[in-house]
Amino acid sequence: MSAPENLKFTKTHEWVRVEDDVVTVGIADYAQQELGDITYLELPEVGSSISAGEPFGVVESVKAASDIYSPLDGEVLERNDDVVDAPEAINASPYGDAWLIKVRVTDSTQIESLMDSGEYDTFAASAAH
Amino acid sequence: MADQVGTLKQTALLDRHKALGARIVPFAGWEMPVQYEGILSEHHAVRTASGLFDLGHMGQVEIVGPDALPFLQFTTTNDVGMLEPGDAKYGLLPNEAGGVVDDIIVYRNPPGHDGYMVCVNASNTDKDVAWWQELRSRRADLDVTVQDVSTDLGMIAIQGPRAESIVKRVTDVPVENIDYFSWRIGMIAGVEARIARTGYTGEDGFEFYAPNSQIGQIWDALMEAGEQEGIAPIGLGARDTLRLEARMPLYGQELGDDISPYEAGLGWAVSLTKGDFIGREPMEKVKSDGPKRRTVGFTTVGRTAAPRSHNPVEVDGDEIGTVTSGTFSPTLQANIGLALIDRSFAGVGKPLQVIVRGKPVQAVQVKTPFYKRDR
Repeated sequence: MSAPENLKFTKTHEWVRVEDDVVTVGIADYAQQELGDITYLELPEVGSSISAGEPFGVVESVKAASDIYSPLDGEVLERNDDVVDAPEAINASPYGDAWLIKVRVTDSTQIESLMDSGEYDTFAASAAH
Repeated sequence: MADQVGTLKQTALLDRHKALGARIVPFAGWEMPVQYEGILSEHHAVRTASGLFDLGHMGQVEIVGPDALPFLQFTTTNDVGMLEPGDAKYGLLPNEAGGVVDDIIVYRNPPGHDGYMVCVNASNTDKDVAWWQELRSRRADLDVTVQDVSTDLGMIAIQGPRAESIVKRVTDVPVENIDYFSWRIGMIAGVEARIARTGYTGEDGFEFYAPNSQIGQIWDALMEAGEQEGIAPIGLGARDTLRLEARMPLYGQELGDDISPYEAGLGWAVSLTKGDFIGREPMEKVKSDGPKRRTVGFTTVGRTAAPRSHNPVEVDGDEIGTVTSGTFSPTLQANIGLALIDRSFAGVGKPLQVIVRGKPVQAVQVKTPFYKRDR
């Protein structure tokens, strides 16, 4: 599936939806497909600080575990406990219900360095080979 | 791994896997399907209906000649002296230190055919054959031939509660009369095959050996015949979760050169009473002294990260062993694992801490197998 045009992306296959200084973060479709059936998810507590390029969570499939990297510096405002309880939602709806956290961004200029959907589609296509 | 792709071996069924949308990975020197639809749905298909496995990477070794039996008795751990033609037995290929070179199934050929065929692990085939050849040269008194026949022989398995009924649609062989750990030669889907009632999933089922040039005919016929009964092609991912739930060992994890069968919980596959064999003395010593380590099953407490092979195992902060295999169990919907630990900490109900990616996860020892089918 093509990446939604209203989202920004990292090279580690997270997506970001920007609403002023609050962003929603999730896992891109390419990453959930690579992982396969997702069975476990670890997310940070509300109120914790996360840093661009650093892991903030872990996602596991039957075969493998993978870190989830923060796209930006910020503070966790909200986490999606529904998806922690039923992480298979990431497979079913990576850009929809299965968002992971909402973050108050401390340096909004970092958003500029993320890929747009077109750039990301090209990037993910090359990663697949 | 990409640099290896050019040198990887291919089974006769690789094009079929690609057409089915499988994800192909390098495994033990072969290009193999790790999953088709997904590990969870494939796992459930085998537990509830049936699944079809390409095992073309597995090795087969023929051991024939007038002294094939004494040679097998000398070079493997289990007693195969009582096998009638058409019977099979699980056993181990030992080293001289009392460790394990491979785990194997010894099939005595069906009536009318002399000798034995041994099914070995893909990753160990060359090593096993070299070891058998060395042992053969040491035992010049025995008239026996050891031949690797893997290259020509394909292998597939059908496993699951619907396996027998599906197989019966494509053969006139009365497969219901083939007992567990027996085999016979017969026509299936127009191909002469060796039909064995063995497997690696904890379910009923069959394994078929036939020439690579014809194995695809059996695969196609079973896929078609099983469609109405929910057959699914199964990759290596679900093969591993299925075997672990049934507490079947995987060489390189539960078994290895430096692990005694008694530590691996496979003392039942060693016969100390059948006469001398390679590694017998050190194995007997481990048994009489009591193994220093034991392989135990565990589940984690609550919803946690899944333990994986090589994770350290601790009690009160002291490292007492390592996880040999661990996974999320699709049947139990919980994390399960096997660990090789200091025997003084082993016991059903006793706690363990498994260090998963640097963080302790609480676990408790449980009886195995984790899954046993209703018979």
